[in-house]
Amino acid sequence: MAEVIWGLATSHVPSIGAAMDHGRTEDPYWKPLFDGYAPAREWMARRTPDVAVVVYNDHANAVDMSVTPTFAIGAAASYDVADEGWGSRPVPTVVGAPEFSDHLIESLVDSAFDITVLQDLAVDHGLTVPLSVYCPDPGESWPCTVVPLLVNVIQYPQPTAARCLALGKALGEAIRSFPEDLKVAVFGTGGMSHQLAGARAGLINQDFDRMYLDAIEHNPEKLAALTREDYIREAGSEGIELIMWLIMRGALGPRIRRVYDAYHVPASNTAAGMALFENLGT
Amino acid sequence: MSTSTPRITGTYVFDTADNRRGRALNRLCGSLKDVGNRAEFSADEGAYCEAYGLTAEQREAVLSRDWTRMLELGGSIFYVFKLAVLDQKSMQYLGGVFTGMTTEEFTQVLKAGGRSFG
Repeated sequence: MAEVIWGLATSHVPSIGAAMDHGRTEDPYWKPLFDGYAPAREWMARRTPDVAVVVYNDHANAVDMSVTPTFAIGAAASYDVADEGWGSRPVPTVVGAPEFSDHLIESLVDSAFDITVLQDLAVDHGLTVPLSVYCPDPGESWPCTVVPLLVNVIQYPQPTAARCLALGKALGEAIRSFPEDLKVAVFGTGGMSHQLAGARAGLINQDFDRMYLDAIEHNPEKLAALTREDYIREAGSEGIELIMWLIMRGALGPRIRRVYDAYHVPASNTAAGMALFENLGT
Repeated sequence: MSTSTPRITGTYVFDTADNRRGRALNRLCGSLKDVGNRAEFSADEGAYCEAYGLTAEQREAVLSRDWTRMLELGGSIFYVFKLAVLDQKSMQYLGGVFTGMTTEEFTQVLKAGGRSFG
């Protein structure tokens, strides 16, 4: 049977990818962030999954605003890297795991999560930056296949945090019921506190972020009880992306071990957080 | 904005009503993800706005690069940002525009830990 071996929570700021793509990771501005990633990267490199389920949101690239799926899963054999308006990132095409996607979709729909299915999806920085955080030098291909799981976080009403945690739990059950011996990693991406527009642009709430980094491990229910308004007020209009970390957390079992975490301000307009958890099994 | 959407001072909470209001503007900005459209827009911005059916106010905001006005007219930051990128403007530049700072001042404020709101 398939099992979740680790979970990674990480910001997906586009400039983190750009810093890697343009060889700026040693610049004084970026070095502290990438130094913070190093131990987690070493640990993950020794535990390569067969497939990664990457929970993220599209940023006006693949999902036009004519349709706003609350939750969607990619079921394609491959996913092109999107041109977001400044050319595609120079990273490998993302290879899918369509049979595993099919299984997850069926299991989740049977669990009353009515998932939208995407057969044609170009993946943007929301997915590729977390892959680069995991694997900075993939060469010709990423080390694992990928199932994209998209969440609407850019148009109100977003799903509630509680619903995200519940989806994560159902996702974990769906993964564990896959009959093949797959090793699965789950990525929860986005955050931490940031607000891009309006008079509060530049908002960073380090107290909230540190609380979140701590509670995601042992008290996700506390984070699931926060309202959308709480998230937007405390973490900013884009900080609500943090609800996607709860899907990752839910997919892990109750017994986890924090391997490593890092927190750095700023990555362009955003507080960048990362937390890596080993799943100790049910 | 719908009546039930949270209202938080200094914050755009983009909702389904904003999506309707800003539809033409966001469609135009979103189209700039395609390189051919970027060239077409740059060749004749006014005609491009016409083709996408922008309201007169939206058109004026686009042509004059009034970033705050675009958001007030239903623009989503993720869409509007594509127009900024075409102009080779960064998110720090926009942050400065939204807060009355220069790009350098805004960048410095972030480096110093960001802006705090009680």
